[in-house]
Amino acid sequence: MIEQVDTVKRQKRMADLRDKRHKAEVRFRRIGVAAVSVGLIFLTVLFGVVLASGLSAFKQTYVQIDVAVDAEGDNYQGMVKRGLREYFPEVKKRRDKRKLYALVSSEAPYRLKALVEENPGYRGKAVSLWVRAGADVDMFVKGEISRALPEDERRLKDRQIAWVDSLEDDGRVETRFNWHFFTSGDSREPELAGIAVAVLGSLFSLLVCLALSFPLGVLTAVYLEELATRNRWTDFIEVNINNLAAVPSIVFGLLGLAVFLNVFELPRSAPMVGGMVLALMTLPTIIITGRAALKAVPPSIREAALAVGASPLQAVFHHVLPLAMPGVLTGTIIGTARALGETAPLLMIGMVAFVVDLPETILSPATALPVQVFLWADSPERGFEERTAAAILILLAFTILMNLTAVLLRKKYEIRW
Amino acid sequence: MTSSGMEASPETQSGANVHVLDSAQPVAKMATEDLTVFYGDKPALHDINLEIEPHHVTALIGPSGCGKSTFIRCLNRMNDVVPGCRIEGQVKLDGEDIYASGQDVVQLRTRIGMVFQKPNPFPKSIYDNVAYGPKIHGMCANSEERDAIVLRSLDRAGLLDEVRDRLRAPGTSLSGGQQQRLCIARAIAVEPEIILMDEPCSALDPIATARIEELIAELKERYTIVIVTHSMQQAARLSQKTAYFHLGRLVEKGDTETVFGDPQDERTRDYVMGRIG
Repeated sequence: MIEQVDTVKRQKRMADLRDKRHKAEVRFRRIGVAAVSVGLIFLTVLFGVVLASGLSAFKQTYVQIDVAVDAEGDNYQGMVKRGLREYFPEVKKRRDKRKLYALVSSEAPYRLKALVEENPGYRGKAVSLWVRAGADVDMFVKGEISRALPEDERRLKDRQIAWVDSLEDDGRVETRFNWHFFTSGDSREPELAGIAVAVLGSLFSLLVCLALSFPLGVLTAVYLEELATRNRWTDFIEVNINNLAAVPSIVFGLLGLAVFLNVFELPRSAPMVGGMVLALMTLPTIIITGRAALKAVPPSIREAALAVGASPLQAVFHHVLPLAMPGVLTGTIIGTARALGETAPLLMIGMVAFVVDLPETILSPATALPVQVFLWADSPERGFEERTAAAILILLAFTILMNLTAVLLRKKYEIRW
Repeated sequence: MTSSGMEASPETQSGANVHVLDSAQPVAKMATEDLTVFYGDKPALHDINLEIEPHHVTALIGPSGCGKSTFIRCLNRMNDVVPGCRIEGQVKLDGEDIYASGQDVVQLRTRIGMVFQKPNPFPKSIYDNVAYGPKIHGMCANSEERDAIVLRSLDRAGLLDEVRDRLRAPGTSLSGGQQQRLCIARAIAVEPEIILMDEPCSALDPIATARIEELIAELKERYTIVIVTHSMQQAARLSQKTAYFHLGRLVEKGDTETVFGDPQDERTRDYVMGRIG
């Protein structure tokens, strides 16, 4: 009798426990789904915000003005101003005139100058040309400045809005794709600022970084993992490499400043030095992941190669390293992707500069994408806000491109055994 | 140099604890003299004295952990890559100590090939698997010579008919037994004198095993073979000489028939009768 009761109790206890385990399983899965959803929501918001504020930077407003070119003289600024005054003859006051001139970008005289120098026949005649709108007009036309705001809270005043309206009525306002943004360097004027110097700087730095850190890192990993004898020295080196991976990146910048700039006297702001500093930062990552990838190759492959008389070096380079390549590449991409987004070490070696001219070699001064984002984010003008977002978009595109390359390379090298 | 000077030495040194069953002493291809192996501080093999005779199949048997794999890996210095492994005594190939300083390990391993427990083809094509050894040793001057070596090796390994029309297929696409024969082809492509086999059939089914055994019987005409096996039937079927290892010691050695039919040591008797191990 007692035995029977015990069996019933035991069965109930087991059933309860089974229930509990099942519920725990379901609970954990739901928490997981919830966490992923929250993450996705944040990601969507981030992309939404960046896209919303950045996409407008890829468009630029142009204004058509009529200018009477002087038969002689180079006062192109005067000609542009006169053209504007003639179009709006009612403007008389000094303050209003200054507001009028702000309708077009400060590059308008240079455009006119270039046009006239190319076609000397225009001298003494009236020409009609499209020039970039001033930054505030650009913002207004793209809808970033609202009419509904009270006049003293927006940079474009009622009077200017009226002028823009009348220009628009005459078909003299247009928005076009902003090629200039991709082909020019930085500028004090938002409508003239471009991303090219930063893109080239980042590209050059990454190439230098890869060219240095990939071979060096892979060979170090091979040496430490496959060839070096285990002793106190190699242990010491291993611990230090692991520590280096955790060193704040600005310290590497300081090292670059002290060694590359002050001792070797390499040029400041140069992508080459930036690449060298980033390579120092990337090396530990490549070495650590490279060693892990080498360790994951089954020892039977190594033995097979040795048994047919391959030297240890041949066994590694013919068989083990190719099999470890997907892992090594992943490490390299993780390392370089981190290097791509790095600002702090570049600040120390002067890559945080106002650079207008495109870098021609890896020794010419340049900035880098994250540094450019940082610089523009600091500028008060509305035009720089959208450019900051656009630069972030390009940085993200860069990263996605790199990760895509990594995935493709992995696919190519992945061999099953 | 031949090994004529050392014929008598091993038995006289260690006759006390090893039962020697045959008295006739042909010239040994390989011989170990007082071979002792340590992993770290722990000895794995004690004073092994064993001769490997040319064109014979020598089977190494014994319970798990008895040191037979350690022993076979000493014969082509594969233990060199094991950290903490230390070796005392001598291993002689044609009378020369292979552990002597100045011995070229790479050269040694071309003379002594090895086939492992688990088939381990390179993740490359069947052709490249076999051609790799000859290529790195510069054994073929041009692609015709290389083709010839590959085809001959595959043929000798009894694999050629099965793979003739897919030499470019990955070696890993073959079945387990075929992979093992591919590994044998890879080993014989570099024209070794001795082939070491460390439980070559333990991962295979009976049919594949039978094919490998057939192959081993053929190969002994050309090569000297040392095989580690867990299967006593296999040892009895294949080998002419058998050595029984127990807890890191060589307990008994001699003609296979004698070791299986009339073992002298009680431990050997228990093992071959199936009472232990």
